[in-house]
Amino acid sequence: MSATTAMEVNAEARRILAVSISKLYASRTQRGGLRLHRSLLLSMVMRSARDIYHSSRESEAPSGPQPAPAEEPMEVGSGPGEQAELPAPQPELEPAVSPAETAEPGSAEEGCDGEFAEDKENRSPARQSRKRRGKASAAPDFLPSKRARLEPGEERYAAPLGSCRVGAGESLTALSLNRVIPAF
Amino acid sequence: MKCFSRYLPYLFRPPSTILSSTCHTEADIISTVEFNSSGELLATGDKGGRVVVFQREQESKSQPQRRGEYNVYSTFQSHEPEFDYLKSLEIEEKINKIKWLPQQNAAYFLLSTNDKTVKLWKISERDKRPEGYNLKDEDGRIKDPSTITSLRVPVLQPMDLMVEATARRVFSNAHTYHINSISVNSDLQTFISTDDLRVNLWNLEITDRSFNIVDIKPANMEELTEVITSAEFHPQQCHTFAYSSSKGSIRLCDMRQAALCDKHCKYFEEPEDPSTRSFFSEIISSISDVKFSHNGRYLMTRDYLTVKVWDLQMENKPLETYQVHDYLRGKLCSLYENDCIFDKFECVWNGSDSVIMTGSYNNFFRMFDRNTKRDVTLEASRENSKPRAILKPRKVCVGGKRRKDEISVDSLDFSKKILHTTWHPHENIIAVAATNNLYIFQDKVN
Repeated sequence: MSATTAMEVNAEARRILAVSISKLYASRTQRGGLRLHRSLLLSMVMRSARDIYHSSRESEAPSGPQPAPAEEPMEVGSGPGEQAELPAPQPELEPAVSPAETAEPGSAEEGCDGEFAEDKENRSPARQSRKRRGKASAAPDFLPSKRARLEPGEERYAAPLGSCRVGAGESLTALSLNRVIPAF
Repeated sequence: MKCFSRYLPYLFRPPSTILSSTCHTEADIISTVEFNSSGELLATGDKGGRVVVFQREQESKSQPQRRGEYNVYSTFQSHEPEFDYLKSLEIEEKINKIKWLPQQNAAYFLLSTNDKTVKLWKISERDKRPEGYNLKDEDGRIKDPSTITSLRVPVLQPMDLMVEATARRVFSNAHTYHINSISVNSDLQTFISTDDLRVNLWNLEITDRSFNIVDIKPANMEELTEVITSAEFHPQQCHTFAYSSSKGSIRLCDMRQAALCDKHCKYFEEPEDPSTRSFFSEIISSISDVKFSHNGRYLMTRDYLTVKVWDLQMENKPLETYQVHDYLRGKLCSLYENDCIFDKFECVWNGSDSVIMTGSYNNFFRMFDRNTKRDVTLEASRENSKPRAILKPRKVCVGGKRRKDEISVDSLDFSKKILHTTWHPHENIIAVAATNNLYIFQDKVN
């Protein structure tokens, strides 16, 4: 394959990937819910485009580093999952994708929820802060906060190591429970 | 190849449409058309959840010209939009399919379905009403029984014909995915409803339970590679049905083998031609419709570019393949971008299984004569629709030089698509749905 043709194929594959992702995203707001058949076909096209993109890149630069998530985006091509359980492709994804980025939104089905949870835990704080904290994710008001509330006149002491004995714990718990019960 | 002409009134529209065809609401788009088994009635369903039933006029000696026109017989709201609160999903009211039950008494019965619920409707006529009660006074107030001294038996008097549609059964809560087809069994007691992953068997009398007879949902949804696109019962064998898949294959199943028909007894698939492979090979091989022939010996399937006729005795390749609009093969990328590649065209047999018909773009529809191997492209449009005019065959120009009457591929209007067509069971009468307009064409009368 000549360099120009490979580039054309590459560009075509990228364009199709971009179009597919925007269709997948748009289908979430479609009336009647996600269509499984359509989502499946979209994911198949995305997989073909991704494969062609990779192979054309390989033919372009055979010694170039291939992004590791090449295997991770299996999710891109596989089942689109139950309707209404398709999480949005992450907002940070740009339409002009590179394979590394397709890995992220590709987890478009329930099976990947576990992986997502892991990612959240391992994310750096900077990433975590980008997550919008909607009302739903904030702790409800009626539950006791994790920090015990101080009575007026009390001061907070740094807990000495090893002092977390049952006794101390009990009194703290008793304090918070006292606050909880009236709330109910 | 017989010519097709048109009879008055040549153009039907669902009652609430605005006159101009370019200005219509989305709810008026016709989503299914179906003749009943005698051809006397024609039902259409639309995106707004309405069903309109047309009835053929009786032939009258005084007006031989007006032979068998179809007039509106009944209109009713079959499905309403619903909301699934558990999944936060709106359920569209669009009628996906209508199937008639064969007539067994004076009333007519049909099944109509949206994405989630199948309903059995009874359409019956009332042309008499009882009159002569002496239980109420002129104002309509019930009389004091002590003032009534005589017994008057009411008499049935003729009244203006009233056609009423009542929902007799509602078959709901059996489908997680979107219903794509329904099919009535030849035993006239059961029917199947099919969604993307499952086929359910119902008894027409029982609405609170159904049997799941096909389930292709994988344990891990990530491994999903194909979905069911359509299913139909065999016209004579009540134990046989076929279902088509998004991968271009058809499975024939026998319900006597096992309760769960996951193992097919026949598997029809044509190996893919590697030379035509593209990004969109999977999409265009997805089967959008499957229909048994009336004689039960053949199956017809429609994928994006072709119609195929399969012999039930030969699984490895189709008996016949017809190109519907092969000139679109080079345009698949743009058709993908404008979503047209996802259009689901239906296909239909004529009564004698000698001619097959399917729709295309630009309000074109195609007919293929299986015996003479001739085909014709016709257009459903108001400009060409003069009463009793013969439809002129159309031609799409694929090469460079365009002849006078030809239309070039680039001039085709992809927003005008004919997805739904139906053929009268005995006569050469066809109904073609073009967006919100219904065209009924009849064979030329000598």
